[in-house]
Amino acid sequence: MFEYDFMRNAFGAATLVALVAGCVGYFLVLRAQTFAGHALAHVGFAGATGAVLVGISPLWGMLLVTVAAGAGMGLLGERLEGRDVAIGIVLAVALALGLLFLHFYTSYAAQATALLFGNLLAVDRGTLAVLALLSAASLAALALLSRPLLFATLQPELAEAKGVSLRLVSVLFLMVVAVVTAESAQIVGVLLVFGLMIAPAAAAQRLCRTLQAGVLGSALFALLDAWLGLTAAYYTDWPSSFCIVAVGALTYLAAVLGAPRRS
Amino acid sequence: MSAVEFAGVTLTLAGRHILRDVDLAIEDAEFVGVLGPNGAGKTTLMRAILGLVAPSSGQIRVLGAPAVRGNPAIGYMPQIRSQAPIGGLRGWDFVAGAAAGHRWGVPIAGAAARREITWALEMVGARELAARVLAELSGGERQRLLLAQALLGRPRLLLLDEPLISLDPHHQRAVVELTRHLQRELRIAVLFSAHELNPLLEALDRVLYLGNGRVALGTVSEVITGPTLSRLYGSHIEVLHLHGRIFVMSGDLEIERDEHRHDERDHGGRGGGGARHRHHG
Repeated sequence: MFEYDFMRNAFGAATLVALVAGCVGYFLVLRAQTFAGHALAHVGFAGATGAVLVGISPLWGMLLVTVAAGAGMGLLGERLEGRDVAIGIVLAVALALGLLFLHFYTSYAAQATALLFGNLLAVDRGTLAVLALLSAASLAALALLSRPLLFATLQPELAEAKGVSLRLVSVLFLMVVAVVTAESAQIVGVLLVFGLMIAPAAAAQRLCRTLQAGVLGSALFALLDAWLGLTAAYYTDWPSSFCIVAVGALTYLAAVLGAPRRS
Repeated sequence: MSAVEFAGVTLTLAGRHILRDVDLAIEDAEFVGVLGPNGAGKTTLMRAILGLVAPSSGQIRVLGAPAVRGNPAIGYMPQIRSQAPIGGLRGWDFVAGAAAGHRWGVPIAGAAARREITWALEMVGARELAARVLAELSGGERQRLLLAQALLGRPRLLLLDEPLISLDPHHQRAVVELTRHLQRELRIAVLFSAHELNPLLEALDRVLYLGNGRVALGTVSEVITGPTLSRLYGSHIEVLHLHGRIFVMSGDLEIERDEHRHDERDHGGRGGGGARHRHHG
């Protein structure tokens, strides 16, 4: 399996992304913000397809749009709560816009499936380098942010009284989420990021009682899910995204069955 | 030096005058019960002391310096709790998250921080709670963890915003006694807001009663009188003493118990990803 260039690249990409997706996912689950990643991926789709239309690489187009949307979500903050209709419409419009952009750039239409569902086996060395950079930057940013982020999650009012700017922390965190979402979309596609970012992290969160264990567990589960999924895809010839998401879902199921519900 | 000084302070919230030209001084190491009807300004008053709300006029001084946000000498137990799914975390992690939590970096507590957290947990008698997950703890036990959080950093002023809500009388007594014990042991000033006066009667030195933009600060016998409270409520209030307890009546209503009854529903609060603030103060 590892004799093949494309498999080595795929494992490399999966490793680089899963590590950071797990870490970010843990905080998303803890903050009950799991749909943020999901929403940002949808918006990113329009960014990716729009980018091709104007001649920029789809990855950078996705990054640009998701980071801007992440910052916007952070700034809007509590005004977004309970606005599921408005949010749902925005997501539908984003996907629809992406479709429109693809229509205008018909030679790119074949890429639609790859964008929506990922194409891990087509990752090249150039993309690998970019992913390495993005993962390193995201991990560093998350590390710096994690203390006030945790404080704001556990005790928002106390954190505010102690000088934490809840808005700033929220904006910065969602921008990191945006970058990691764009990375995850390269692995499992725009529509399936939940399976990579959230499922393993949610499983770890159920099983771990301390913060450190939770974050490490999330990263580990995400990594194992990605590797197992990729290996299964190699031997069965089924889509890698399906395998990764399926393993992720099974991981979460095992955690739910293994640990009783804690609220 | 007073712990808290208000000089001609006007606090406005959403166009309403919560406090109008108020002067008051809370002394060092005194236990003050903060009372008043819903919407009178108890939470807003505390937020002003914390530097989160700026007075539209006048000056607030805390421990000799102007009120500023992030004052490390103030310990705070807020009213609204996070609704985020943190119940799987241990008590220790919950308290530790507040230790130097405003600084950037990774939330791993060094040796000094761990000693501080252990000290705070011991002060409130929550050593054994630290190893258990939040979801397993009762309301009273979680309250102790919140108190431990408030003690981190060895504050000289403690603000407790309605800590007795949704606690049964036994636990209410425990929280009041624990606070009084801490206040005496650490010699700190305490502002403890509550709906009802009676749970606090044994513990407090003075009462700070808010109403109609005004305040009355003094001992129970000075403040809890018909004339004083009638002025604050803006309606006819009678004060009845029975078996060492005090009942504040407006007509047939026992005003403190009934006015706040709907709050059990409101104080669910909202949190989740962001912090939603609902200030009844």
